Amino acid sequence: MRTEVAPAREAVGGIRLAALAKTFQSPQGPVRAVRGIDLDIAPGETVALLGPNGAGKSTTIEMLLGLTRPDAGTVSVFGLPPEGAVDAGTVGAMLQTGSLIRDLSVRELVTMNASLYPEPLKVDDALELAGIASLAGRRTQKLSGGETQRTRFAVAIVADPELLVLDEPTVAMDVESRRAFWTAMRAFVAREKTVVFATHYLEEADAYADRVVLMATGAIVADGPPTEIKAMVGSRRIRATLPGADRALLAALPGVTEVDLRGEAIVLICSDSDAALRALLDASPAVRDIEVTGAGLEEAFVQLTHEEPAAEAA
Amino acid sequence: MSSTYLRLELLRMFRNRRFFIFSLGFPIVLYYLIAGPNKGNDDLGGSGISAPVYYMIGLVAFGAMTAVLSAGARISAERSTGWNRQLRITPLTTREYFRTKVLTGYAAACATIVVMYVAGATLGVSLPALDWLEMTGLILVGLVPFAAGAIAMGHLVPVDSIGPAMGGTTAILAFLGGTWFPITGDGVFATVAKLLPSYWLVQASHVGLGGAAWGRTGWLVVAAWTVGMTALAFRAYRRDTNRV
Repeated sequence: MRTEVAPAREAVGGIRLAALAKTFQSPQGPVRAVRGIDLDIAPGETVALLGPNGAGKSTTIEMLLGLTRPDAGTVSVFGLPPEGAVDAGTVGAMLQTGSLIRDLSVRELVTMNASLYPEPLKVDDALELAGIASLAGRRTQKLSGGETQRTRFAVAIVADPELLVLDEPTVAMDVESRRAFWTAMRAFVAREKTVVFATHYLEEADAYADRVVLMATGAIVADGPPTEIKAMVGSRRIRATLPGADRALLAALPGVTEVDLRGEAIVLICSDSDAALRALLDASPAVRDIEVTGAGLEEAFVQLTHEEPAAEAA
Repeated sequence: MSSTYLRLELLRMFRNRRFFIFSLGFPIVLYYLIAGPNKGNDDLGGSGISAPVYYMIGLVAFGAMTAVLSAGARISAERSTGWNRQLRITPLTTREYFRTKVLTGYAAACATIVVMYVAGATLGVSLPALDWLEMTGLILVGLVPFAAGAIAMGHLVPVDSIGPAMGGTTAILAFLGGTWFPITGDGVFATVAKLLPSYWLVQASHVGLGGAAWGRTGWLVVAAWTVGMTALAFRAYRRDTNRV
């Protein structure tokens, strides 16, 4: 299942995933982690893969890096198969799991990784970019969680890669560390690199990506600029009690995209909850126990995938 | 470019306290405990070799086996922490990775050898220069199957059981190989022992007795283990491409 070697790297810009699919065997039967996705990323783009756990983000990233072999489809990284791009030293990555090896200082560890690449950054520059210059002399086993993540980031960028891949880099970080991390990330992106990062935080995708690719259950369900995606998944939910509710009437209210009736309880998924709530109060004065909450990513994903169940299946 | 990698790997090993305890400390302490009281014994258990020389090599075999096999423990640990996957997305080749691990293990083994030779000298061991060289050469060759075995174990054994697996393997191989007492005669025990690579490590002490220390059987056994362990190492590595 090796991908074809394309000609010169300069000739073919960017990254291309074509009809990519991967199924894992589990005790409960086969799990279709990635169901035939197509994705083109232009050089210099910063793309967020946004989706809940189990969406297939990590598997996609592993296939992009050549760590997992696809069952079907091809991956091309600047015109090379992933293994070729890795061997050429054009890829740097921060995987989702992984701690550091011990008994080295931060500087020594970053130096070690730099020595494996043909044209690395200066170690001091990488430490500076990652915001860990002050930790250079500390042993890796004595770092906090956030410091470890930023060291892993330095390990990834010291390669001076054309493509930087980050798989949920800020997971398990506190707010402070997260902010420091993204500041470091911005400094690197300013060097006109291609960046692909996976996250399940809508805010991160919105704030740091040029483009958001929304994934759910192994398929791409939406792909566009952050504002567009935010409108799609940033919906709110109105929950209230309304005896004798009329489904058709509720569905016709402005800003309502979906209605769910459970006995006397009504649930309205809204693209514009303000308009929907005003209209609801006018139309049904009997409504009480009103609650408005963010619908949450998970729910938005479920909705999006239910709308087009077969569209992306392999 | 790989010299930096090797240098830092060596630095890591020498900074690790366990290395000094198991690869250097244990053999020295055991040597003085066992060989010290038998210092005057010129023919240990009918082997024709003095106790200080015999146990010096016996414990070199024990310490060097531990040192080389510990490369496997480091591979296993790197797999469990995900560092191995981090390395797979660098231009580092598999060959270079294994070479670095094996060289690191050999460096540790050399430290053991030097330390044990010094310990031997303090108990009066004195050999012609050529014998020292031949002995060292045989030990370094005899360690090759262990280096391949270390790579195989590093990929087959999960990190939580690699300690006992390595310790158990070393203890059994050292015992059957004659680290603790000379294996003589031609009973079942001796026949089995002669099929083990550890036996031939210990046999390196026979230099200076006249004739070859290993003979054809020795070279054949070491070669066979090398081929077998290398094949196993390659299979284990290939199988191990997915998520850990």
